[in-house]
Amino acid sequence: MIAAIGCVDRRAAPLLAVEDLSIEFRTRSGTVRALDRVGFALGRGETMALVGESGSGKSVTAYAIIGILDAAARITSGSITFGGLHMLAASPAVLDEVRGREVAIIFQSPRTALNPIRPVGRQIADVLLRHGNVTAAQAPGLAIEMLARVRIPDPKRRAAAYPFELSGGMCQRVMIAMALACEPALLIADEPTTGLDITTQAVIMDLIAELAAAHGMATLLITHDLALAAEYCSRIAVMHAGQVVEIAPTSRLFDRPRHPYTEKLIAATPAHTLSLNELAAIPGGLPDLRRDDLPACRFSTRCERRENGCLAPPLPRRALDDGGLIACRYPL
Amino acid sequence: MSEALRHAGYVLGENPLTAAAFALFTFLVLCAVLGPGLVPYDPLASDTARALSPPSAAHWFGTDQLGRDIFSRIVVATRLDLGIAVTAVALAFAIGTLSGLAAGYFGGWTDRIIGRIVDTIMAFPLFVLAMGIVAALGNTLANIVYATAIINLPIYARLARTEANVRREAGFVEAARLCGNSEARIVLAQLLPNVMPLMMVQVSLTLGYAILNAAGLSFIGLGVRPPTAEWGIMVAEGASFIVSGEWWAALFPGLFLMAAVFCFNLMGDGLRDIVDPRMRT
Amino acid sequence: MTSALLLEVAGLKKFYPLGRGSFLHAVDGVDLSLESGETVGLVGESGCGKSTLARLITRLIDPTAGSIRFAGDEIGATSSQRFGRSALRAQIQMVFQDATDSLNPRFTAFRAIADPLRRMRRLGGAALRDRVVEVAQLAGLPAELLGRFPHQLSGGQKARVGIARAIAVEPHLLILDEPTAALDVSVQVVILQLLDELKRRLGLSYLFVSHDLNVVRLLCDRILVMYLGRIVESGPAHRVFGSPAHPYTEALLSAVPNRDGTARDRRIALPGEPRSPIDPDPNVCPLYGRCNRAEEMCQRAMPALREIAPGRRAACHFPITPKTGIAPRHQAAE
Repeated sequence: MIAAIGCVDRRAAPLLAVEDLSIEFRTRSGTVRALDRVGFALGRGETMALVGESGSGKSVTAYAIIGILDAAARITSGSITFGGLHMLAASPAVLDEVRGREVAIIFQSPRTALNPIRPVGRQIADVLLRHGNVTAAQAPGLAIEMLARVRIPDPKRRAAAYPFELSGGMCQRVMIAMALACEPALLIADEPTTGLDITTQAVIMDLIAELAAAHGMATLLITHDLALAAEYCSRIAVMHAGQVVEIAPTSRLFDRPRHPYTEKLIAATPAHTLSLNELAAIPGGLPDLRRDDLPACRFSTRCERRENGCLAPPLPRRALDDGGLIACRYPL
Repeated sequence: MSEALRHAGYVLGENPLTAAAFALFTFLVLCAVLGPGLVPYDPLASDTARALSPPSAAHWFGTDQLGRDIFSRIVVATRLDLGIAVTAVALAFAIGTLSGLAAGYFGGWTDRIIGRIVDTIMAFPLFVLAMGIVAALGNTLANIVYATAIINLPIYARLARTEANVRREAGFVEAARLCGNSEARIVLAQLLPNVMPLMMVQVSLTLGYAILNAAGLSFIGLGVRPPTAEWGIMVAEGASFIVSGEWWAALFPGLFLMAAVFCFNLMGDGLRDIVDPRMRT
Repeated sequence: MTSALLLEVAGLKKFYPLGRGSFLHAVDGVDLSLESGETVGLVGESGCGKSTLARLITRLIDPTAGSIRFAGDEIGATSSQRFGRSALRAQIQMVFQDATDSLNPRFTAFRAIADPLRRMRRLGGAALRDRVVEVAQLAGLPAELLGRFPHQLSGGQKARVGIARAIAVEPHLLILDEPTAALDVSVQVVILQLLDELKRRLGLSYLFVSHDLNVVRLLCDRILVMYLGRIVESGPAHRVFGSPAHPYTEALLSAVPNRDGTARDRRIALPGEPRSPIDPDPNVCPLYGRCNRAEEMCQRAMPALREIAPGRRAACHFPITPKTGIAPRHQAAE
């Protein structure tokens, strides 16, 4: 176990800084410009959401942070600094150390993200043995403790269960247990409750929030559900077609969105005060990210506030007083 | 249609080996169709004076022990071998696929009965079974075809059954019921097209095996009888002359046999890429 | 005047045999009714039986017991295979949850939409082509996309194909099984508005099955809440959402996140897991063991779905009274 390399400074401010990140994917049908100069920062213990629809690049960003991008991905610019460590330049050995111990990720389909032929207790123990300072004798007991901490009833018996024997909600709790086993500084949750029942979703998200607060762990929540993001995160970054269009504190985002896409996204989200007629669809569709001639602002083709200046680079990104960011030439 | 051709062109362009296999296949088909009309010699005309003469300008592949031109015989044999293989595989495919689909989709007794029949066939070493069938029923061309069809049937049945089983619960099957489709129609019109890509690959692989089977049966004397030109017979007859140094009598038919099987195997993959719409765009 | 009841379900049950005399009670005695022109929402979580109920009503599966009356005719008795051949098949259609799964990957959009027309209306040639284009247009699908395969269409376009196929034969009742669950928010709006418009234009009635309460709130006149194979509450949508009467409905509503971030404070978390649907005790309320209002009576007598206020029913011995919000805890059942 190498202790010296892969040292992440948990007190670094900000804990996670993504700057100017651009990623391309080489595919059979062309080069997909998945991310365009994505940037945001997350402080210690903070909760932040990356909100966007499918194709917005939020999952790609999450995978880039933790270093599990597909082999066809090429990072064309930018950097990711986590606790002072430059993640994109780090060697695989360093990343192996950091993953699981300092930063952890939980995925969308819990049952498919777990090893189907290994009992869940052993899977948690695997994480502990790899990254925690525990002996092989201590690991199983600690695994049962983790299961209890994520409120799985009868943890001793469940530790011997296989993923297919557990419900979706329980599998997600097991994943949380695995992720939190070594008390990482940052938890990335990639659509953790999509596909789960709404009551299960509430329980899971409450659990994550509680454990994060208890350990001073920062949380990056990837989701398409604006209301979910509002419920659990203090800051929200809205993404569209691979660009971060706005970052704002949650309280301000809904009252005063500055970006046209944010405003439209809010207007399209069903909530109990709106009727069907008040909901407004977002016109147009995602631009084809394989094109060479993408405009500087990738939302401009769908925006009624578009002017000629929106097409030519660079896309202005302005920091705001409340820690927010707006990437628009003519914000609201 | 033009989109299909364009995609076919793309696949062949990406994969030179597949393109080579297709070219070879075309050549073999041409041999089968046009060959007998274009060969320089009558494949049955014997000329004992010229028996076992090595390859030369007059006889490209030499002559066999009865002085017949090997090249002509090989080309003519293409039609026979391909014909047997194609007919047998068509039979195996039709019966195997339909019964497999029925077994996988309906389950219950249909599945049990068809399963037992298929298991029985597979319990035998397949070539031995083919030998047994031909020996029992008689040494005719039809029986060779039937025997080859029977021993290749289980593969299609098994494959089709699995595919039908997987798709039985699919949303589009339910939707098809809502549209007023009868169960039979669902199997034929909805499931079969989805199963075809895998079947196409299997057809290609089975064609290779069927040729080998027919040639093998002829090789041991249970298949086509002399003086008919057939690759297996030619290899059998030529084999006894290798020791005495007349290598060409067995080698050339053997090469063609090998090339045909090789070509069908390679084509299988290429076919699947072309036929399955999900692999497009 | 004849009743405008399009659909009347009484005592509907669907039990799956598990061997050795054990049965899984997927649907355990459901009564519901739907008037012509109504949109009724059916909500519940996974395992509550709403998908099974939807498929029973659509006659894709056969009930174990109970009756299903459609426009006065009893349709529960005929087997689903025979129903598929009857004229009523075209009257009840379904829009599926996952359009990708419900479209045959080897059929073009045209062929998918043409299928019911060929089978049930016996259309062909130019008449078929015209109707397909017409229906596609109604569903907002441009004619140029009709030649495409599902994998060449976006999520929203696939949803439209599914809708076009369902309305092609002019049904009266459309069962919508989570039709927008797999769609992005912006596409969801468009599809929901399309469904609303089609309902008015074509005089359809909807049974909208969903787990997304926000969506149900937008589209439905009445809602039914299902739990463990039973209807536990029914009533006008805005009333049920505004003041739920059944403890489960209350807990369900409290789990919905809202943009103010206040849901966590009023969260009612039901402890434990749902009871087993295998051979459930017929005398114990399905929510017993998780309910914070439980009393002795709840495990001695199954609460029936009864009227607690005009137009509102709940299956609870101690429902939350809509008017005062205070539980009549010691009120015996009438």
